Amino acid sequence: MSSVSLTVNGKAVTAEIEPRTLLVQFLREHLRLTGTHVGCDTSQCGACVVHLDGEAVKACTVLAVQADGRQVTTIEGLAAGGDLHPMQAAFREHHGLQCGYCTPGMIMTAVDLVRRKGHALDETTIRHELEGNLCRCTGYHNIVKAIAAGATAMGQAPARQAAE
Amino acid sequence: MYAFDYHRPATLKEALSLVAKQEDAKIVAGGHTLIPTMKQRLAAPGHLIDLGRIPDLVGIERTPRAVTIGAMTTHGAVAESADVKEAIPALSELAALIGDPAVRHRGTIGGSVANNDPSADYPAACLALGATIITSKRRIPAEEYFRGLFETALEDGEIVTGVSFPIPHKAAYEKFRNPASRYALVGVFVAKRPSDIRVAVTGAGSNGVFRWAEAEEALAKRFSAKSLDGLKAPADDLIGDLHADAEYRAHLIGVMARRAVQAATER
Amino acid sequence: MTASGIGAPVRRKEDQRFITGKGRYVDDFNRPGQAHAYFLRSPHAHATIRSIDAAAARAMPGVLGVFTGEDLAADKVGNLICGWMIHSKDGSPMKAGPHPALAQGKVRYVGDHVAVVVAESLAKARDAAEAITVEYDLLPAVVETAKAQGAATAVHEVAPDNVVFNWHLGDKGAVDSAFARAKHVTTLDLVNNRLVPNPIEPRAAIGEYDEAEEQFTLYTTSQNPHVARLVLSAFIGIAPENKLRVVAPDVGGGFGSKIFIYAEETVCVWAAKKVGRPVKWTSDRTEAFLADAHGRDHVTHAEMALDENGRILGLRVHTVANLGAYLSTFASSVPTYLYAPLLSGQYNIPAIYCEVDGVYTNTAPVDAYRGAGRPEATFVIERLVEVAARQTGQDPARFRRRNYIKSFPHQTPVIMNYDVGDYGASLDKALEAADYKHFPKRRRESARRGKLRGIGFSSYIEACGIAPSQAVGALGAGVGLWESAEVRVNPTGSIEVLTGSHSHGQGHETTFAQLVADRLGVPIESVNIVHGDTDKVQFGMGTYGSRSGAVGMSAIAKALDKVIAKGRKVAAYALEAGEGDIEFKDGRFSVAGTDRSLAFGEVALQAYIAHKFTGAELEPGLKEGAFYDPTNFTFPAGMHICELEVDPDTGHVTIERFTAVDDFGTIINPMIVEGQVHGGIAQGVGQALFEGAVYDAEGQLVTASFMDYRMPRAADLPSFEVGMTVTPCPSNPLGIKGCGEAGAIAAPAAVMNALTDALGHENIAMPATPLAVWRAAQRARQPQPIAAE
Repeated sequence: MSSVSLTVNGKAVTAEIEPRTLLVQFLREHLRLTGTHVGCDTSQCGACVVHLDGEAVKACTVLAVQADGRQVTTIEGLAAGGDLHPMQAAFREHHGLQCGYCTPGMIMTAVDLVRRKGHALDETTIRHELEGNLCRCTGYHNIVKAIAAGATAMGQAPARQAAE
Repeated sequence: MYAFDYHRPATLKEALSLVAKQEDAKIVAGGHTLIPTMKQRLAAPGHLIDLGRIPDLVGIERTPRAVTIGAMTTHGAVAESADVKEAIPALSELAALIGDPAVRHRGTIGGSVANNDPSADYPAACLALGATIITSKRRIPAEEYFRGLFETALEDGEIVTGVSFPIPHKAAYEKFRNPASRYALVGVFVAKRPSDIRVAVTGAGSNGVFRWAEAEEALAKRFSAKSLDGLKAPADDLIGDLHADAEYRAHLIGVMARRAVQAATER
Repeated sequence: MTASGIGAPVRRKEDQRFITGKGRYVDDFNRPGQAHAYFLRSPHAHATIRSIDAAAARAMPGVLGVFTGEDLAADKVGNLICGWMIHSKDGSPMKAGPHPALAQGKVRYVGDHVAVVVAESLAKARDAAEAITVEYDLLPAVVETAKAQGAATAVHEVAPDNVVFNWHLGDKGAVDSAFARAKHVTTLDLVNNRLVPNPIEPRAAIGEYDEAEEQFTLYTTSQNPHVARLVLSAFIGIAPENKLRVVAPDVGGGFGSKIFIYAEETVCVWAAKKVGRPVKWTSDRTEAFLADAHGRDHVTHAEMALDENGRILGLRVHTVANLGAYLSTFASSVPTYLYAPLLSGQYNIPAIYCEVDGVYTNTAPVDAYRGAGRPEATFVIERLVEVAARQTGQDPARFRRRNYIKSFPHQTPVIMNYDVGDYGASLDKALEAADYKHFPKRRRESARRGKLRGIGFSSYIEACGIAPSQAVGALGAGVGLWESAEVRVNPTGSIEVLTGSHSHGQGHETTFAQLVADRLGVPIESVNIVHGDTDKVQFGMGTYGSRSGAVGMSAIAKALDKVIAKGRKVAAYALEAGEGDIEFKDGRFSVAGTDRSLAFGEVALQAYIAHKFTGAELEPGLKEGAFYDPTNFTFPAGMHICELEVDPDTGHVTIERFTAVDDFGTIINPMIVEGQVHGGIAQGVGQALFEGAVYDAEGQLVTASFMDYRMPRAADLPSFEVGMTVTPCPSNPLGIKGCGEAGAIAAPAAVMNALTDALGHENIAMPATPLAVWRAAQRARQPQPIAAE
């Protein structure tokens, strides 16, 4: 067993775990943060994307022990207080989800994309940047629209961004 | 995944002593090949030695003649580095084509060259640019380093610490992705170096990355995409699979090489 | 139309929990004392099991039980079933081989279930599974669809030639005579490639047994929990229906693959009693590839006869349909009654004859996948029509228009009676939206860049809202295909609607609430949609075949009518007026010609306090139920146009534009309907260009992960042009036709027609991968502009 201490959604967490525990297992099974999903075994679907020290990573391909001492943000921790994060609101407004299973990973990927590429995102850039996230329901059409709108909204709400 | 013991050395020295001590140890860098392999129970190390917290292994250093990248530098960091973009833009572009954004935040150059996957991108850059693989023991020229499928010149207990790329006059990388996995089905890195011209091919060779001699000779006469017209890579030693047979790969090598030369000349 | 009523793009009520990570999918549930199941699967496609030695596994730490097919047989657990009887043309019933949940004596595909280990953790279960020794005697594998019939090895004893049924539909004599007088015959050999559904949420199940109550509970990723309960109870015999609760909470996409009753959930619920602990199983993606029911997999020879004026005289189709190693729950209906009756497409075709040979192979079972039979039929007819137009030198749009059915109702020669439609209207709108007029210019521009551009059409029709129970009963269905609803009005006027439909992405919590808000004049926030739990909803047939709007909502509408009728009675007593004088409008019951009225909520309260009437006069309360059985299929139809560009140097295909104009009848929520179209198109484009399950000669699945099975990604697709035309469906109270499958049905033919247009020849099959396109492009003619309509 290994001991890990990390910050998850702003809260300090310490646990004794088997070293083979994946970060996504740690989040889902130990912390019961079930918003982060598992959709494949080969790091390709992106349903498990969380932020590790502010960067998007696939939680199915990171060991929980590797996150020791670091900051993890999951979909549950994205919004400040009771409000929705602008990207979450954009997904609802633009019908960027259907079954909802890929959605947390999509939203976490989208927020990371805005961090890296800014608030004015064209369709080509968004589609290219989603290469690590699979959705089987939406045909991506409304996800792309939602991300563009969410990116703009994040630019107009600087206070919110800082909350992450 | 099978159970293992986890070690997180703070220094290279500590890492080396752990590797020397544990017989069934594996080194994990970004983990984006090893962890999926372990999840499938296709690898079962008794000890996992994580290089993720050794500060000396991270960073990009630029000198007038070379760019040296620490082994634990992520693909994302290479892709975004202003130094790399300016000195060897083709290398930054290559890094941006690996995996996807989340993968690029974890995957590292050291892990890529140590693993030497025949479909990985970095080996093509190393070979074409004439890079030097820097290890805990020595400096190995790329030509001597890549030895076949998943095989390198690394000895037991030897750890890649960085890769040094000489700055070329011009270079470009063109990649045709495996439509499913996004790895290189064929990737061609063309470099016009002060001393010579090199064309390195990844994704296609049954023995891993290789240089395409005929193309290099043709380009030596004139560095132009036209020089490669009609030139076809030999299909003999190429990979054939569901996504591409050897003939198609041979054809794509020509197409990607011409496009890479075109892109390099337009810089 | 009100802000939240029928026709409004209401934002979804369910989204709040999904976008905040609060959705509750089966794997998110953890029951007290829960153990974990791991299935040991066959590594061989075809083998007899000589022995299974699990002693070492049973002795491993944390192992609670190891079970095999023998244990199931000892407990008299029944086999999995196929619920639709098909008869061959000689009148003999289909040859259904036994399908035990855990193999008994033989394994028939890679991934077949050999044993299950139940342990304290998944890792321990998996460790123990590796300690089980199985001795196999290998048998030759039957893999290829076209070669299964009469192969040297039989997959099942009951079908020595591997033929499950040899079925037909239509008038062979009439077709032969149509071909005899034909001026032109177009012939095509087509493969409809095998697909893996791949909802992003893998299947999962938790079985639980309460000893005190002798009550089982199954949490499962199901599109139809009541059907799962019925099958597990009546056929598999796990527990009486009243002692088995099935819960299908949030489900992360289904596309057909979560209709079926599989081995894993059967074993989990049975094993829960065996080990005295809740038993959880969650599929990983590799297991999903191996053991979820696959879709399509047809090999077809098709011919179309034309007269001298380019009118279609007849159609002759012979299809071999691969059903895999076992007959899955609805497998037999898909390549028969969901396929051949759609072969008339949107066209007036006097004579149609179709033969289908269903065959066993040593591959995963094949069953319904989005569209189920209708994409296969559309692909046959739309490829034939396009090629016939090309061969006779006609514009493909004009050729279609000439042959469209123009008067309704229209009886086709293959069962279906089309009730209403306006195919020309969809064509006109689509041609305009796709800017067909200027296509030749765009093609020339592509040619200048060394690229091949093509355009392709697909005039699809589908039969949805399945279906009138008597009709499907006559065709062999084991169940009725009605839907049920119950509307419970609370004393405060808030409302729960219990529906037998199941939402796994379709947005029922919103659209169904819109209907209620619209009909009762109440705020949408006061309406709660309840589904997916057999303890709450009395019965239901679930969601598939684009039926939830046309059938599920019709049941709700019927129940709402009863609620209003009862409310009228209550209001009459409360307002001291005659029932005949009570009007209901905009959420108020009023006495005609007066200003006396009560709001809906006030009438609800009156119904429950029952102060104004006696029990002899009127029953208190306000709760009504309804079962709605459709009187016909519904017939959504439309025109999809794909325009694409081929890079002949690499074989890379870029979808430049995709236009869809659909007639779904009445639309409740256009935002959600358009979303359904988008998703369907992506799956259809996926089938045409990307996706294909490939088995090697030994029956190993080569494409068993996303590393080899090519899923559509965002960058593969453009934004879609989506438009609507509306002819309301006359057979249901809301005029709804259904929209869930249209894109997946229409798109493959549109894409392949565009691709073959670009290439200039027909010799390319789905999936048209870069390798296949590059090979085909070697033979492509120089692009020539085609005449616009």
